[in-house]
Amino acid sequence: MNLQPMRSPEYPLRRRAVVARLLRDRGDMLVVAGLGAPAWDATAAGDHDLTFPLWGAMGGAAMIGLGLALAQPKRRVLVITGDGEMLMGIGSLAAIAVQAPKNLAIAVLDNERYGETGMQATHTAGVANLAAIAVGAGIPTAFEATDESALEDAAKRLRTEAGPLFCTIKVRAEDLPLVLPPKDGAHLKDRFRAALLGPKAVE
Amino acid sequence: MQAGCGLHARHEAYVRLRLTGSGMEQADTAQWPAEIHKVLGAHAVRQVAYVPDAGHKELIVLCGRDAGMKSVPLTTEEEGIALLAGAWLGGERGVLLLQSSGVGNCINMLSLARTCRFPLLMLVTMRGQWGEFNPWQVPMGQATPAVLREMGALVFDVERREEIAETVNAAARMVFNGPGMAAVLISQRVLGAKTFGR
Repeated sequence: MNLQPMRSPEYPLRRRAVVARLLRDRGDMLVVAGLGAPAWDATAAGDHDLTFPLWGAMGGAAMIGLGLALAQPKRRVLVITGDGEMLMGIGSLAAIAVQAPKNLAIAVLDNERYGETGMQATHTAGVANLAAIAVGAGIPTAFEATDESALEDAAKRLRTEAGPLFCTIKVRAEDLPLVLPPKDGAHLKDRFRAALLGPKAVE
Repeated sequence: MQAGCGLHARHEAYVRLRLTGSGMEQADTAQWPAEIHKVLGAHAVRQVAYVPDAGHKELIVLCGRDAGMKSVPLTTEEEGIALLAGAWLGGERGVLLLQSSGVGNCINMLSLARTCRFPLLMLVTMRGQWGEFNPWQVPMGQATPAVLREMGALVFDVERREEIAETVNAAARMVFNGPGMAAVLISQRVLGAKTFGR
């Protein structure tokens, strides 16, 4: 097997600080947080009505972001997910590229691990390169951040540059305390719609 | 990493190809795809997700030409369930067009619609059901209604062309008033079995 399990524990960027940076001064941005650690990271940065954290639907985060971006073309939509979650829905990058929504940004926290199942290596611990796959799928702008200054640049680009944007952020593989969002999916959906749509949410 | 010079032009060409097909196909003179399109418009459906399918060919073209609808070709059907969840979060209604084999691809993702109570309208063209030539289509075609019911979807079977549009309307009403999950299964009897020229 061509996997390098000893690589990512040395990466300088830490996921909780990365997500806190991505969500700092979030304004009216709409956020989808993928299953597992990215959802806990987003919650640690501050539970928010306009964040939709996933407790399941593995592989679906980017497509939820696409549906939301198409429905709300004037709002920036940021999908924050993990490498395992993105790999499971990898074809969605091609579906997104065809739609080419200008307001959609995808940030993958790539720790090269399946964090929820025992930190087993994902394919990105080997030769798979998600930003390269995104380019191959037709996403016009894809890049990678591996240190503080690149993260600062990436955070700005994800917020302001025309989409669709894709950014891999290489983060340290680490076990962190769980910070869990509400678990009731109907509640998460309803609070998001109420915050975004107002009274129309329950028409 | 940067790419994408000419991406826009490629996208335009792709959309043209999607809307016109290869030009080799005979036009289907059946009215039911146009009737479904009208029903979807009446229900304010804005996002149309699909994996290309012979049975839905006409409807896909009609939705693609409709300026009020965004057509989203998928690489696999479960992407559509996630897409339409996002659409609903953002205040838009959608529909998923798929073949019975694609229902199998959707099973786990149906949990998203069920757990969060997202409305989900699925229009399924059946294979492996009536005079099927390809035996590889039979297992999923036969299991489709049971799988959908097990995951909590309402299932509407349609065997006659003249009942398709009214059934889609009934299902859409229950999905968007529910909200709930519903699948309209359009029989292979209506569509005609693919024969591979045999």
